[in-house]
Parts: sequence; structure tokens; C-alpha cells
Amino acid sequence: MMSGWSVIRIATILVYLFLFAPVAVVILLAFNANQFGSFPIEGFSFRWFEALWNNDAIVRAFKTSLLLGLLTAAISTTLGTLAALAMVRYDFPGKRTISTLLVAPILIPEVVLAVALLLFLQFLAMPKSFGLLLMGHVVFTLPFVVLVVQARLVSIRRDVEEAAMSLGATPVQTFFEVTLPLMLPAVMAGMLFAFTISFDDITGTLFWKPGGVETVPTQIFAMLRNSISPEINALGAVMVIFTIALPLVAASIARVMAMRRAGASK
Amino acid sequence: MAADIAGARRTPWLLLSPSLATISLLLIVPMLFIVVYSFWLRTATGADQVGFYLDNWIEVLGDRFYRDILFQTLLIALYTTVICAFVGYIPAYFVANTRMKSKAFLLLLLMLPFWISYIIRTMSWINILGTSGALNTLLISMGVIDDPIQMLYNQQTVVLGLVHYLLPFMILNVYVSLDGIDKNLTEAAQSLGCTGFQAFREVTLPLSLPGLAAGSLLCFVLAAGTYITPIVLGGPRDAMFANLVFEAIVTQLNWPLGSALSLVLLALLGALVVIYTRYLGIDQIAKSFK
Repeated sequence: MMSGWSVIRIATILVYLFLFAPVAVVILLAFNANQFGSFPIEGFSFRWFEALWNNDAIVRAFKTSLLLGLLTAAISTTLGTLAALAMVRYDFPGKRTISTLLVAPILIPEVVLAVALLLFLQFLAMPKSFGLLLMGHVVFTLPFVVLVVQARLVSIRRDVEEAAMSLGATPVQTFFEVTLPLMLPAVMAGMLFAFTISFDDITGTLFWKPGGVETVPTQIFAMLRNSISPEINALGAVMVIFTIALPLVAASIARVMAMRRAGASK
Repeated sequence: MAADIAGARRTPWLLLSPSLATISLLLIVPMLFIVVYSFWLRTATGADQVGFYLDNWIEVLGDRFYRDILFQTLLIALYTTVICAFVGYIPAYFVANTRMKSKAFLLLLLMLPFWISYIIRTMSWINILGTSGALNTLLISMGVIDDPIQMLYNQQTVVLGLVHYLLPFMILNVYVSLDGIDKNLTEAAQSLGCTGFQAFREVTLPLSLPGLAAGSLLCFVLAAGTYITPIVLGGPRDAMFANLVFEAIVTQLNWPLGSALSLVLLALLGALVVIYTRYLGIDQIAKSFK
């Protein structure tokens, strides 16, 4: 008879399989030579990736997503980091209310948030545009940045800053020379979060995007609805590789930076 | 000195003002706006009649069609949450209690799905269950069936897609609370004569309830607010409430009706969030970001 623990272990393996097998199949099929891009596997081929590269609509969607993600990350990380600093470093009346307000965009269903923003801006006679898309993504990613940066900021000790100030640095100098470098991993984590959430978003994006503008997720969605095209798996594979490689690269950059700093201080 | 103190008092507000301005202008004001807007009327000409009309609300709250879909949406969200809780608890428990060196790797793997796009994870099931998908190909090659079976596009596949999407949220939340339990407690319970299962039922399970509750709230709210999964994996009769919102706003351009519909969804899910935060606090969810 099997012990309870081995049952748990086998069940855990099955759950991991359930989580990853479908995505693995997407990547597998992306390299399949079969002309319909489905089973059976007929050989290894890059033909679907070539097709992607030559498909203007997909390349355009990719550029749109990239630009949108980068702008969203830049804006919401700036706003979110400042807010996180205020929340971690200061005590002020009404802090609890403010903290709820800052996470409000994730407490409200995304569909409702999308409708409210869209209708309000239409009411102000602002048509759907890239700007609307950007505003939506910023307000939606902001709480994640605040939470992520806040969580990592708590561990930065104040003594270092106080030491700098007592050695004659001005508050502004202290911020740029001491606080910011220490905060950098937190800020980068926030930025990465904002970028990935923006890059993957479809629920709000479908409401906000102007006609003719597609991001990668809405492009995949449109391709799914029109006709099942074999390029979808290749596009999916590119996206998976892109969003997984990015955090890994960022993590290794952070590690190298940390090692350099440790080396420099010796 | 007095100026210094006043300055220090102002600093947090200065730091907060860009975020608060953004959230007020792009979230709070628009939300108030759709409350007002839901009482306007879309006339046959396509123009909005400003005023205080209850027509949209009477249609949304009175029509059986909307009520049935709302009920179906809550049911799908409930199925999803219950399945996630049962299926998600096991790996969370394993990762929290394993002595294997690969614990960090297993945790990293649990974070990975968050980085994989929702639309790709949803559409990946077409490759598994579709008529030319992995399962049909396998069954045909084994000779179990002669022609492919259509397994997709029903309520079960919608729930399957949602479970696949939301399971990591559940696992992570349960893991966070399981990992915070002092291991001495279960050992103490066992040394006092509890069997392993009794120790789990009397000590571990109650202590992990906050994580289970946080995960369930997230799963339920996210499942009940989705419209992509029913479109990709559901049939024509599997529309959820958010699909009605999307139809009203984007396809029919009946914005006052769409406002009323989204407010119904907000009221229901908002009530859940408020009840939850009253009893358990918002901090539990924030924990999983650490």
C-alpha cells in the first residue's frame, strides 16, 4: 500500500502536468511540419515562424504590444514607486483608505473598469485611441506595481540613508546616490510586472482598442475566431518564450548587478 | 523647524498625488459616471436621452434572460472555485512540506503560468480536445474510436479553461498560508497522539483557511468576470454575464444598457470582496506578492 505522502507526490506531478502539458503542446505544434499545424507530428520545421515573420498584421501587432507594454511599464512604475515610497516610509492620516484606493483597480472586475473608462472618455468626446489603451493599461497595472515595490521596499534599511545624510548628503543626493540604487531591484520587478500584464492583457484591450489596431493577444483572438490558422501556435510559442525569457534575463541581470555591488564594496 | 515638519507632512502626499490623480480620474470618476449613465436612455436614433429613466434597470433586473445568464455565470464561477480549491490544495501542501532540494524550482514552476498569456493558455486546449487535437488523434490511433469526437464548446470546457487559468492563483495563496505554519504545531499534535490525518484536520487545515479563502475569492471574482474563455472554449449557449456587457457596449453600442449591466456585475462581485475584507482583511492577498 502506498503511503499518504506518495499519493500527494503523484497528485502534485499530475497537477503540474495539467498546468504545463497544453502549453507544451502549443510549442510542439509550432515546430510541426504538418500543413494544417495540427496532429499528427510530421517532422521538424520552422515554416510557421517564417510565416509569422512575413505576416504584416502579426508583426504590426507585435510592435504595438511592445510599445504599449514599454510605455505602460515606464509610466506605471514611476507612479507606483513614488506611491510605494510614501506608503512604506511615512505615516499619515487616512493611510488605510489610501491603501485600499491604490489597489482599487484590481478589486473591481476588469470588464467593469474597461466599460467605465471607455464610456467616460467617449462622453468627453475622446474616441478610442492608442492613448485610451495606454491610460487603461496604466490604471490597471498600477496596483500591481505598488504592491510589488512596496513588498520589496520594506526590507531596505533606513540607516544607510541616515548615514549618508549625516555625512552631509542632501535629501536629493541621498535619494539618487543611495536610495535609488538600493531600490533598483524592486523598481525593476515592478516594471517587469507592469510590462508582462500589459503585454498579456486582452479583457480590457478588446474594449479600448480602436478599429484596425491589434495587440498580440487580440490578434490571436481574432485569428481564433476567423479561421483556425496554423500560425497561431507559432505566435503562441513566440509569446511564451518572450514572456518567460524576459523575467529570467531580468533576474540574471539583477544577480550580476548584486554581485558587482558586493564585489565593489569589498 | 516648523517649516521642516510641515514639509515632512507634505512629502507623502506629494509622492502619492500622481497615483491618486490617475486612479481618481481614470477609475473613480468614470465609475460614478456609469452610475449616472445607466439612468439615461439610448433612443432609436442612437442619441442618448439625458434624464432619469429606469428603463435599463427594469430590463436588466426584470428580464428572465439576464437573470438566467447571471445564475449560470455564478454557477460556472462556483464550480471553478471548488475544483481549484480541491485540485490546488495538494500541490501547495506538497511544495510547502517537501524536504526536496528542488523546492525553489517547484515554486518557480508555480509562478511560471502567471507569465504565460491567458489567451494562449485558453486556446491551448483546442490543441488537446479539438477534433484534430491530441486526445482524438491518440484515441483514433489506438482504435478506440473511428471518427473524432467533438469534445469542445460546452460548459465543461469553459470550466476546464477557467480552472487551468485560475489554479495558480489558488495554489500560490494556499502555499503562502501553509508555508507560514509552524511545523512544531503538527509535530506537537502527533506527539500528543493524533494520527497524521487528524493532525492535518485539526491543526494544518484550519490554519490554512485564510489562504484558501483568499484564493477562492480571487478565483470566483476572476471567473465570474470573464468573457474570453466562453467565447474561445464555450458553445453559443455558454455566454457568461461579461459577454452580455461586451455585446451591449462593443457590438450594439447601447452604452446606457451596458452601464447598467456592468453595475450589476460590480455590485455582486463587489459585495463578495467587501464581505471578505470585513472578515479577513485585504492583507492576505497582498502576502502572495512577497
